[in-house]
Amino acid sequence: MALFSRRKTVFVDADILVVGGGMAGCGATYEAGYWGRDLKVVCVEKANIERSGAVAQGLYAINCYMGMQWDENQPEDHVRYCRNDLMGLVREDLGYDIARHVDSTVHKFEEWGLPIMKDPETGRYLREGKWQIMIHGESYKPIVAEAARKAATEVYNRIMVTHLLTDAKNPNRVAGAVGFNVRNGDFHVFRAKAVIVAAGGASHIFKPRAVGEGMGRTWYAPWSSASAYALPILVGAKMTQMENRIVLTRFKDGYGPVGAYFLHLKTYTQNAYGEEYESRWYDHTRQLVGDYVDRHPVPTCLRNHALLEEVKAGRGPIRMVTTEAFQDPHKETVGWENFLGMTIGQAVVWASQNIDPKHTNPELTTSEPYVMGSHATCSGAWSSGPEDYAPDEYQWGYNRMMTVDGLFGAGDTIGGTAHKFSSGSFTEGRIAGKAAVNYVNDLKTDRPQVSEKEYEDLKRTVFQPLETYRVGRNEIVAGTVSPSYLLPIHGLQRLEKIMDEYVGGIGAHYTTNEPMLTRGLELLGMLKEDLDSLGAEDLHQLQRAWELQHRVLASEAVTHHTMFRTETRWPGYYYRADHPALDDDDWHCFTLSRYDRESGEWAMEKAPVYHIVD
Amino acid sequence: MPTFVYMTRCDGCGYCVDICPSDIMHIDSTYRRAYNIEPNMCWECYSCVKACPQQAIDCRGYADFAPLGHSVRVLREEEKGTISWKIKFRDGNEKDFVSPIRTTRWGSIKAPADYEAPSAEAMKSQELAHEPDALNIEALPALTPDKFKQGVV
Repeated sequence: MALFSRRKTVFVDADILVVGGGMAGCGATYEAGYWGRDLKVVCVEKANIERSGAVAQGLYAINCYMGMQWDENQPEDHVRYCRNDLMGLVREDLGYDIARHVDSTVHKFEEWGLPIMKDPETGRYLREGKWQIMIHGESYKPIVAEAARKAATEVYNRIMVTHLLTDAKNPNRVAGAVGFNVRNGDFHVFRAKAVIVAAGGASHIFKPRAVGEGMGRTWYAPWSSASAYALPILVGAKMTQMENRIVLTRFKDGYGPVGAYFLHLKTYTQNAYGEEYESRWYDHTRQLVGDYVDRHPVPTCLRNHALLEEVKAGRGPIRMVTTEAFQDPHKETVGWENFLGMTIGQAVVWASQNIDPKHTNPELTTSEPYVMGSHATCSGAWSSGPEDYAPDEYQWGYNRMMTVDGLFGAGDTIGGTAHKFSSGSFTEGRIAGKAAVNYVNDLKTDRPQVSEKEYEDLKRTVFQPLETYRVGRNEIVAGTVSPSYLLPIHGLQRLEKIMDEYVGGIGAHYTTNEPMLTRGLELLGMLKEDLDSLGAEDLHQLQRAWELQHRVLASEAVTHHTMFRTETRWPGYYYRADHPALDDDDWHCFTLSRYDRESGEWAMEKAPVYHIVD
Repeated sequence: MPTFVYMTRCDGCGYCVDICPSDIMHIDSTYRRAYNIEPNMCWECYSCVKACPQQAIDCRGYADFAPLGHSVRVLREEEKGTISWKIKFRDGNEKDFVSPIRTTRWGSIKAPADYEAPSAEAMKSQELAHEPDALNIEALPALTPDKFKQGVV
């Protein structure tokens, strides 16, 4: 017991606590600081906000910008685009809300110093595509972090938040969060009137293609450990569309982005024999999804589908034809800087394998699945919509408040809003930040109560893996094999194997069915029990242990949602082989889940999709 | 391409430890210099490489798919506002690129509290900070839906 009693507990009181200092968290912090002049706004981050979240490495494009000042696009257009890409199912109220605000976000980024490329003829932002503008974004995150630091009352780096706290009297009300300092091991208790979860989505829940040293080169950052979902799930917040995992078509091994290549450089794909292949799969795809295949642009999942079918037919590898475009020195520079700005590893792969796209057409592949809420997918928490137009069923409180009082979210955390990317995630953070200020102001003197028992129990739980390791380590001579504990990497690899084989990963050609999902849940149940035996050698491993806990809980949600939706809505992302077609009669709806932490049961329900834009 | 640290260049300053988003750059207790404790959780984001004042950190491509003999080196100069890259292929070919990283002085962003305090009316409106001015259009767009349609559109 000495281990627990010696450990220092640090208490931090805040009006608004922002969990996660990535793009969404920085947006939430900035906006809360703007509107809540008398409020204490605290941002807590497990790494260092200077380089944290999915934008740590930089970006070469901002993928969500309307250009309303030049009448390039209106918010309604973006809603139609997202609805089309996600096969009909998005929260149009939330998506419109992001789209109407996102231009002001991007204009502030430019004012703060982000270099945005300009069209030399028009003086407008240089378009990569209809929604994308091109930037020199190596320092995108440091610039945004500077704005957040100036807005926050306090920023706590290197604190991994493990659990949210609930009010002693009302279990459906948030009261703060707990976590630990990964450097000195202090236990942190944050007591807050409102909490904005702006943590990361989920990489490493499905087995990645590279399982050796290269397992870190996942498409989404390895530090995106599903805290976006696990934190709200644990306190009973409803989640939506968790089955809507995303699979990315990317350059092989480095997972370098293809957006600029398709849209700006006008490169195109072909099979191993130099043939166009997408049209070959048109009739087949139409049988599965009907006229969704005729929409423009063709939904992301359906383009994946054609590629997967072509490879299965034995005509891989699929290649990107770059040799034509790269003869233009400007385009060659854009092609390389695109990687150096956001996926340096792809440049390394090409350098190492002597792939110069000027002379060689590089291979493409499809990634393992990811669960996140800001790209061409929209998993996340079910949240209240904007007050001025959201339908009643989408509105029960403040904008971006989840189904738990005082608990807000943004970015990967909020479900139903695809294609927000970096700028939209920051914008959604701003929306949540302002709403949380209004929520806190309206509370007046009513503040949630944190029970000492709750955080003391959590303290014991949080540090248990260190104790488990310390005791168990004495049983064995050396090495990593113990009868008494599992290391975090052991649990992670088991999780990835279960999800890959039973829930539609690469090893199963993204295919599953009810018996597979049922078996997957049984194995996930045993893994969950085994997590009580996690052993952590040090504080770094303790961080890995809690990242694993978050990933497992999110994976369980994914599996239940996948089981519930008895159709194949997004071929190319995953296939329910027992329900291979899209079924708009029964499934033109959202899936919702709620986890009961006492019983461990998941309750599933449907929610209506309301179309508010023609 | 996981990072590694050259023994003779590292002086143990810890900048890489402080910046690594994956918490995998740690100080070795014997040599008092930094090293990558978990290469398979390295995203090759280069945050540590850019932050190192001694240029002591480099990357060697992931062993499971990157043949040896390449290098991707970087120099990030905050005062100059540029980032410079040198790519060396396995066959010896080289490519160089330079890009701007910031157009304003570091630290120059105006804190939100330094703007005039918003009115009570603005607090209850749908406008976010600096809107509608920062939108560069007259007013924040809004929807006034008269009906909510269900089913396929």
